[in-house]
Amino acid sequence: MPDFILDVQGLETTFKTPDGVVHAVNGVSFGLKEGETLGVVGESGCGKSVTMLSVLGLVASPPGKVKAGSAVFLGQDLLKMSKEEIRHVRGAQIGMVFQDPMTSLNPVLTIGRQLEEPLILHIGMTKKQARERAAELLTMVGIPNAADRLNDYPHQFSGGMRQRVMIAMALSCSPQILIADEATTALDVTIQAQIMDLVKRLREELGMAIIWITHDLGVVAGLAQRVIVMYGGYIVEQAPVGELYAHPEHPYTIGLLASLPRVDEQGRHQLASIEGMPPVLYSKPDACPFAPRCKWVQEKCWKENPPLLDVGPGHTAACWVDTKTGRLRP
Amino acid sequence: MSANNDVLLHVEDLVMHFPIYRGVIRRQVGAVHAVDGISFDVQRGETLGLVGESGCGKSTTGRTILQLYKATAGQVYFDGTNLLDLKPEEMRYMRRDMQMIFQDPYASLNPRMTVEQIVGEPLMVHSAVTGKEIQERVQHLMELVNLNPSFASRYPHEFSGGQRQRIGIARALALQPSFIVCDEPISALDVSIQAQVVNLLEELQDQFHLTYLFIAHDLSMVRHISDRVAVMYLGIMAEVATRDEIYVKPLHPYTQALLSAIPIPDPIADAKRKRVILQGDVPSPVNPPSGCRFRTRCPIAEAICAEERPAFRELSPGHFTACHFSERFL
Repeated sequence: MPDFILDVQGLETTFKTPDGVVHAVNGVSFGLKEGETLGVVGESGCGKSVTMLSVLGLVASPPGKVKAGSAVFLGQDLLKMSKEEIRHVRGAQIGMVFQDPMTSLNPVLTIGRQLEEPLILHIGMTKKQARERAAELLTMVGIPNAADRLNDYPHQFSGGMRQRVMIAMALSCSPQILIADEATTALDVTIQAQIMDLVKRLREELGMAIIWITHDLGVVAGLAQRVIVMYGGYIVEQAPVGELYAHPEHPYTIGLLASLPRVDEQGRHQLASIEGMPPVLYSKPDACPFAPRCKWVQEKCWKENPPLLDVGPGHTAACWVDTKTGRLRP
Repeated sequence: MSANNDVLLHVEDLVMHFPIYRGVIRRQVGAVHAVDGISFDVQRGETLGLVGESGCGKSTTGRTILQLYKATAGQVYFDGTNLLDLKPEEMRYMRRDMQMIFQDPYASLNPRMTVEQIVGEPLMVHSAVTGKEIQERVQHLMELVNLNPSFASRYPHEFSGGQRQRIGIARALALQPSFIVCDEPISALDVSIQAQVVNLLEELQDQFHLTYLFIAHDLSMVRHISDRVAVMYLGIMAEVATRDEIYVKPLHPYTQALLSAIPIPDPIADAKRKRVILQGDVPSPVNPPSGCRFRTRCPIAEAICAEERPAFRELSPGHFTACHFSERFL
């Protein structure tokens, strides 16, 4: 087994709602190698964000509850840490960038104040050192006149600029892992291209590992080395990026890729759509969660939820059926 | 503009400025130049895709065409009638033939009305039909958009996002219009649901010979659904051409950059592409740049671009562009 800097095993998270207990994450296991970029894709409600929030101890409890599992980061289980301990990991060793750059920044504090705070708290810099480092960080993420802009408030920045500030903040303490949750979803495509370009450059310069959570299979294709596909709180497929797009094995991944129109496609054709809707799981299912929408569904799929099976080198898929032959896997 | 006789909608030099008022006496201090003199045609039975980034004026264009805003200047001919000359009563009559599908399926349906009331309202307002006839007509419309007619007495919150968008489509179809403005109808939906709705829109178009103005920021989806594509930037029309011309041989540097910024869900094809990454953000429409609107971010801008607004000219048959240097890309 390769050395993982983050090793998540058997993670389960539930939320209490007025309609019942929702099983948001149902036994998710994955590892992140040093310097690797891992893409996590899935539609809304598939559990991709909750997985990462659980790992970071950010699930509000109640109503949320991390029921089982471990998340070992550099030899320590993040899920067993006290609030105080995990706060030192968050921000210092694991940086985070969220979807909405407006609500993630405090509107009444200057950008400078917000950038300096983790440096003073986590690294113990003096105010003056932190100020200099903050200016360096803004320059690093491509914001002109960095030293002056430190005195500006978030509303004086555009959406793309705010996301650059968030990235600068996440990287301020030189973390080993950067977790980005739909970091470019709220941005226009030309600004998204700028941010992706920036992330690729910083990855080369700083060498951190990245977990990139998104619903956009296009973004992941250009950035990640390995991709995890989630559905209904389960990992349904996991593969190196080239392998996943060339030979998707899980019916959900196949359907998702077929339902996407491509900007480089030729001619008009009917989009393959996946009928039905993603599930909300009020109990852990006995059947495969994708069975109601699956074209290849067989009897076994209704009786037993498939585990991740090896389907190729470094490639696993949670499906009983070999979609190439339409028969059950041996 | 075009020689084709079967023009359903003809827009000429359309201007929509939103005044900005300040101070105690609400003096006008400026205006948001949301749409600043655009011209285009929509042929009967075609889908014209209208694309651009947020704030480029694409939604304003759609709404101004339907006279939901009072245009500052310009002409909008629908089936030969100038809508700007119509009295309110005449315009109301005209609206039977031109409908709209909105972006947000949560905000565009009244939460206190049942599906039957929502879909039936246009029938009640515009035609003298009895309650029984409305009921039958609503059932038929729900079947058309693949909703179970027995759900007619339910309220919007009981439906998923994709189903709600179907309700919005049924409402737009109620009066059997010939022209529908689709304002980002799928951007709020999950990937696997988007394909369902787009396929439905295409089926309905074939069945009822509908003409669509399809407003979107997702260029992949626009390529899929459109016959011709219009690209807007900061209130002006940058380029209009047939779908294949726009995507294969874009003549405006903005279109080129926009296309290259879209991620492709295929790592091999994605790595092979030439990328143009635009610098900076879209300028404010309150104070747009002189000359060419795109010059502040344009990779090929020269002195003339600041002085002279480029004419929107037909460079090859049916291919319009607003750039001084478009000949270079022929």
